[in-house]
Amino acid sequence: MRGGVTRFAARDDGPMARVAGFMAHLRANGFRLGIAETETALAALAALPADEASVRRALKAVACGCAEDWARFDAVFDSYWRNGGRVRTKAMPSAGRPAPPRNSRGAEGRSESGGGKADAPDRSTDGDSEAGGEGRLIASTIRNLMKRDLREVVSPEDIRAAERVALRLGQALRDRRSRRARADRRGARIDLRRTIRAALSTGGEPLRLARKRRPDRPVRISALVDVSGSMTLYARPFLAFLAGLMRADARADAYLFHTRLVRITEALRDDDPLRALNRITLLADGFGGGSRIGAALDQFATTHARRFVNGRSVVMILSDGYDSAPSDQMEQAMARLSRRGCRILWLNPLKGWRDYAPVAAGMAAAMPYLDLFASAATLDDLAALEQELARL
Amino acid sequence: MAFERLQAELARQGYVAGPDLAMALHLALVLGRPLLLEGAAGVGKTEVARALAAAKGCELIRLQCYEGLDAAQAIYEWNYQRQLLAIRAHAEAGETGAAVEARLFSADYLLERPLLRAIRQPVAPVLLIDEIDRADEEFEAYLLEVLSDFQITIPELGTITATTRPMVILTSNGTRDLSDALRRRCLYAHVDYPDPATELAILQARCPGVGQALGRQIVGFVQALRREDLEKKPGVAEMLDFAAALAGLGLADLTDDPAILQAALATLLKTQGDRAGITTEVAQRLAGRAA
Repeated sequence: MRGGVTRFAARDDGPMARVAGFMAHLRANGFRLGIAETETALAALAALPADEASVRRALKAVACGCAEDWARFDAVFDSYWRNGGRVRTKAMPSAGRPAPPRNSRGAEGRSESGGGKADAPDRSTDGDSEAGGEGRLIASTIRNLMKRDLREVVSPEDIRAAERVALRLGQALRDRRSRRARADRRGARIDLRRTIRAALSTGGEPLRLARKRRPDRPVRISALVDVSGSMTLYARPFLAFLAGLMRADARADAYLFHTRLVRITEALRDDDPLRALNRITLLADGFGGGSRIGAALDQFATTHARRFVNGRSVVMILSDGYDSAPSDQMEQAMARLSRRGCRILWLNPLKGWRDYAPVAAGMAAAMPYLDLFASAATLDDLAALEQELARL
Repeated sequence: MAFERLQAELARQGYVAGPDLAMALHLALVLGRPLLLEGAAGVGKTEVARALAAAKGCELIRLQCYEGLDAAQAIYEWNYQRQLLAIRAHAEAGETGAAVEARLFSADYLLERPLLRAIRQPVAPVLLIDEIDRADEEFEAYLLEVLSDFQITIPELGTITATTRPMVILTSNGTRDLSDALRRRCLYAHVDYPDPATELAILQARCPGVGQALGRQIVGFVQALRREDLEKKPGVAEMLDFAAALAGLGLADLTDDPAILQAALATLLKTQGDRAGITTEVAQRLAGRAA
């Protein structure tokens, strides 16, 4: 630590606070670190000689958690200890919390996503982003929908119908890869452990064969609905579907996105369907605007997906794929998402059109990562997917 | 310095570790934390554990993960066949009830699998949990439990606490993301393909028979090959095979005989597409540049 190149203020609190400050600096740069890592870092430094190379390598081993962190670490290290530039936070003695997001709108209601906020895309162009890209199928409706109340879009009757559909879809989507066997009288496999224990009472003759089988596991569904301008026509069935899904499946997760991503799971779980829609209307400010699918999916992949999406999950994206951002962002987001091990379904209302081909750059970039690409424009279409989902 | 001593010890075992990796290993040993190694296939992640075990003079216990790995293969299993036989034997001998049961579910009839074996060693072993990304999340969660407490509960026997704490190394090829909980429990090192100097050192450590000039050519050629657009980039092990093949075929210079070079490429390129992509001309161009 001594001989560090950065000159710290005279009232600096000593090496321990400086390390804590560095951890806070890493956090501000998107590293996912907690108090435990700081403790480990201090323990590591206590066990090592205090030259720069050792300190750098030790902190690298402690603070990094994935290949991306590993590649970035040296630059972040230099920027803090060598005043190399992007110092966002000062050494602060109480470095318990991550730095607040740069943009106050990033608070996103109560979408309690812990870290990762620093990765949130820049939302400075929220209102006027329909200016770019080809996401303007129905350009004339964009403006007046900007302030439209969601209650006009979805009615409680819709939600009840959607609930039934969502329930059936949820049952169709079963994960058959469970490894934990469960006792079952008609199971396919013999449970030797129980059989032998039972055999003890019959003098060692395994008279009764205990059986087990692998139970089906329900999957966790995360549904992301595009509510940008080009999707206005389809918002009604999809939002109803989301609301129904939330009611039918206690483990499902719902998100809206247009130019940014909003988690609406909690809002949709509201007992009163109307109040739920009210709450979403408040959350989904900018409804009907432009779309930045790549950015929204990337945000999802780096924040919520880390907590909610795993190998047993199904991520359902309901969007037309018209993205106003370059397609490489979409590609990166989809790659990141598919690394979570989940299955990804993309339901595109346009696919039902005659001669539709996924030529929109964003859509084409996403195609290789999809497990199912299907058309869905109405609730009936969604219900009809049951067969296909069961086959996944 | 301590981590450099470790580096030297590993080098004596024929493993050339970069400073970052050596530091991570050293810290893992000092702090008693598991070490997660990530990197492409063939960069020598698994080899680290072997070299470390050899350097420390302790046992290497390896758990190869795969999809569907369950507790019976990772932790323990009762030896059912022996149990069945024992029940009959005891019945003939007239023993009954509680005595038989107590004996049947004793350590004699327990088959230790790697995780249980690792915590019951008299000398702390190196526990290698290979390709953890292939196991499913449930197993990952279970592993977390074992790695934090170092104890395993067997209903019939009770809780078995570790006699020694194994040095745990996990490897991952990055086929899926690991849980944050697991990542946070571990120290981390990303292992990359070695730079030319390191790779040459590896080659000289493992294949002392290969001459200095040819060695440099081989390393240059393989490094150039990795920059080509390949489906499967050749790893360090492939490079060593390649060197051994060239030595066996009696080639003293890469550019000497295109046919032999092309034949030896079988050790480096493992897919049809890659074989087709690296034609004789391409191989000669790369070899010419490496020479």
